Amino acid sequence: MKAVYFAWVRERIGKTEEEIAPPAEVRTAGDLIAWLSAQGEEYAYAFENPKVIRVALDRAHVKHDAPLGDAREAAFFPPMTGG
Amino acid sequence: MIPTIRVQAQDFDAAQEAARLTQGRADIGAVVTFTGLCRDEGGRLAALELEHYPGMAEEEISRVAAQAVERWPLQGVTVIHRFGKIAPGAQIVLVVTASSHRVAAFEAATFLMDYLKTRAPFWKKEHRKDGTSGDWVAATEADDAAAGRWDA
Repeated sequence: MKAVYFAWVRERIGKTEEEIAPPAEVRTAGDLIAWLSAQGEEYAYAFENPKVIRVALDRAHVKHDAPLGDAREAAFFPPMTGG
Repeated sequence: MIPTIRVQAQDFDAAQEAARLTQGRADIGAVVTFTGLCRDEGGRLAALELEHYPGMAEEEISRVAAQAVERWPLQGVTVIHRFGKIAPGAQIVLVVTASSHRVAAFEAATFLMDYLKTRAPFWKKEHRKDGTSGDWVAATEADDAAAGRWDA
């Protein structure tokens, strides 16, 4: 699946997007955050406070307990500040 | 009625957008136009950089607009949100709502802004006048509370 990052999550990881292949036991959005956190220092830094991280699957907001299903794009970002 | 949603770098003309909703019809009794501007934060801000999630920004604003249309009798809705570098004093966001009566137009415009602030995937970064790139603007509890009051 494709992972995309925005705002300070993007800056901390140092990438806009990448292809990721999480193992089968990664079932929910929250699992994916935990798995990404273990992929290196920059990921650990970006996800150091997982509670504040918002997730979108295929461009729709989801909660951390949402199953990944067959989502093709997972986005990670801080709380939004538009408007 | 299909809301008009635009996510764009270029500026917009609020009066023209409002006129577009009322043109050629006589059933609209109220138009509310809200324009959000970039503040200079006491003179220290050189610009705001608005990052967005292309695709999802339009889709999420459309979902919020659809909720407004379901909730209030509206004859027209337009939402325009800009991205990129925006100077103090410049326009960032436009919400226009049209209805037969003022209460629906006012309430729907407030609802749209409250929800846009907490759901539309945009993030503001400050660029300071001293040349340093400042911080990402933090989301506020006041914005969450403002959006939360519509849940009741």
